[in-house]
Amino acid sequence: METFALTLAAILIAGAPLVLATLGETLTEKAGIINLSLDGSILLAAMAAFACSATFDSPWLGMVAGAAVGAAIAGVLGLIGIFLGQSQLAVGFILTLLSRDLAYFLGHKFSRQPGPDLGLWTIPGLGDVPFVGLIFGSQSPVVYLSLTAIFACWWWMYRTEGGMRLRAVGESPRAAFGRGIRVRLVRLYYCLAGGALVGLAGGAYSLAVKPGWGRPQGCEGAGWIALAIVIFGGWHPVRTALGAFFFAALQVSGIHLQELFPSIPAPVFQVAPFPMMILTLLAVNMGRMGWVQDIVRRHPFLKNFSKSWSIEAPAALGQDFDPKKGL
Amino acid sequence: MNRDSLLTQIGWFGLALLLALVLTVIVALPAGAPPLETIYVLFHGGLGSLSKIGRVLAGWVPLTLCSVGLLVPFTARLWNIGVEGQVIMGAIFCTAALRPFEDGGGAGLIVLALGASMLGGALWALLAGLLRVFGRVHEIFSGLGLNFVALGVTLWLIFGPWKRPGVASMSGTQPLDVSLWLPRLGTLSVSWVGLALACAAVLLVYILLHRSTWGLKMRAVGENPKAATLFALGPRRRLLQSFLFCGALAGLAGAAQVLGVYHRLLPNISSGYGYTALMVGMMASFRLGLVPFICLFFAILNVGSIQLPLQLGLDSSLSGVIQGVMVLSLFIVQGLRLWLRQKKEAD
Repeated sequence: METFALTLAAILIAGAPLVLATLGETLTEKAGIINLSLDGSILLAAMAAFACSATFDSPWLGMVAGAAVGAAIAGVLGLIGIFLGQSQLAVGFILTLLSRDLAYFLGHKFSRQPGPDLGLWTIPGLGDVPFVGLIFGSQSPVVYLSLTAIFACWWWMYRTEGGMRLRAVGESPRAAFGRGIRVRLVRLYYCLAGGALVGLAGGAYSLAVKPGWGRPQGCEGAGWIALAIVIFGGWHPVRTALGAFFFAALQVSGIHLQELFPSIPAPVFQVAPFPMMILTLLAVNMGRMGWVQDIVRRHPFLKNFSKSWSIEAPAALGQDFDPKKGL
Repeated sequence: MNRDSLLTQIGWFGLALLLALVLTVIVALPAGAPPLETIYVLFHGGLGSLSKIGRVLAGWVPLTLCSVGLLVPFTARLWNIGVEGQVIMGAIFCTAALRPFEDGGGAGLIVLALGASMLGGALWALLAGLLRVFGRVHEIFSGLGLNFVALGVTLWLIFGPWKRPGVASMSGTQPLDVSLWLPRLGTLSVSWVGLALACAAVLLVYILLHRSTWGLKMRAVGENPKAATLFALGPRRRLLQSFLFCGALAGLAGAAQVLGVYHRLLPNISSGYGYTALMVGMMASFRLGLVPFICLFFAILNVGSIQLPLQLGLDSSLSGVIQGVMVLSLFIVQGLRLWLRQKKEAD
């Protein structure tokens, strides 16, 4: 029981930055913008967060710096992709490579330097509660941050008017425009907000999960996994968060697997999530493939299951909207 | 955009370069990089001596092979982000083909290894293509995932079955016998075989895309996939073909790295050329004529940046920063042109 609780605690902390990044990307994609710059953004934000917290000796200021960097990169994508009409995919991809190199270049000075981290929060009294105490009694603040963010995103998207506008510009920008919503501006806002969350994910890596900065930091590739998890989660904040924890569980179990199979070299386990990513995307998309649909048609009882797989992307995802062209 | 005169186009391009320069200086200053000295070190490090030019050309070969290969899927509007993994797979297949012949061999073996590398790259690309056609997995994700998987396979081989007797380290496998190295061009560290292959690839892609019906159909698929289906141009088949072709060229780039540069399999065998090639493609706006020159420029930056840590104490990733900033500036300038033109039309 104790090992189980400790494993859960390890999954929560390993999943925290992934949750923050996937929620950020979900917000952005719900507004119809694909931000492909996640991987580089996380790395640059991780560097900025560490550099800032080491310079000013304040890890929370570091988190703010990380969020600012994430928002700034997303802002560049927003300006070029939304207002200058260039391909979001191309610009996002370039930004990934650019921010990655920028992180290594600017972070050179801070490489392998000592610096503060966020430490652990101990909630008084909770540690004595069996099981739950082991999980939450003494946890990193980013875990609480990520759990709060899940609820906040869900509530904002589905329970507020702002969230309705967000979904409107992602599903049907023309209709939203007709209702007097300034589509491009709203999209830019969610680009920035999503980028800020992605930046927090970077800060969570360098200040909590794998404290420190160096080349490699250890969070390389996390952004690509996060992008796939958003699809896996069907653009729903709770489902994407579950997906993020699922992948974190894979990573954590990878460490155990390494003990079970000592003959397999350690670096191989680091790439294990990527074939998993491809396989999950394959599984998620199965429902829309012709031959699968044929089978479902022949066996109607399968329909009950197919509903739980089927996911719908925001209808206007990745599409330009130019208000001058009118309705 | 083609209606603009050549002079206007050059003017806009110059503006993009200027913007790139300004942005680079802005991002490089916080790291304490003196602008003029950094530029001097970069170019002197890339072009300062004959042996450095040899190294630039050795980098130009794989970069050009990948970049021109990428033009083919892009003509069908497909993103083959998996080039990096295809380079690695090419290198793995190349090494695998030569492992039984540790004592060396002749030109025949090298040809065999080149063939094997093309096969490896093509198979890896085919996998991404099949996932797209039959699994509806977007090629960006399958390609990226497969890049990391290829890296994992390399690491497994180097630390596992192919490890050097006694030592298993990031320094790679046992070096190949000298008789299996690609012959060098004089005293330069570049092989004439690699140069010839890269030039042949440029020519081949030109003929395929601009002088053959195959290329014409490929373009039709890219411009309008729905119409292409109606006209029975077989978009799916063409997608797979374009991936196979690009993967084979990327695999060849992997062989150039193994046989011509490192003479063994390393974790870093691809040197990131797959990702750089994507930037070259965007920088050239996928125009074949520009690709070899941009590749040359990027190769100079890459070789020159090795001097940065030695002479200025800066990280060598500055070359990647400059490349990224250049492509980004081009996008910004293109967007501004579009915006200005729309504004003019609105008036």
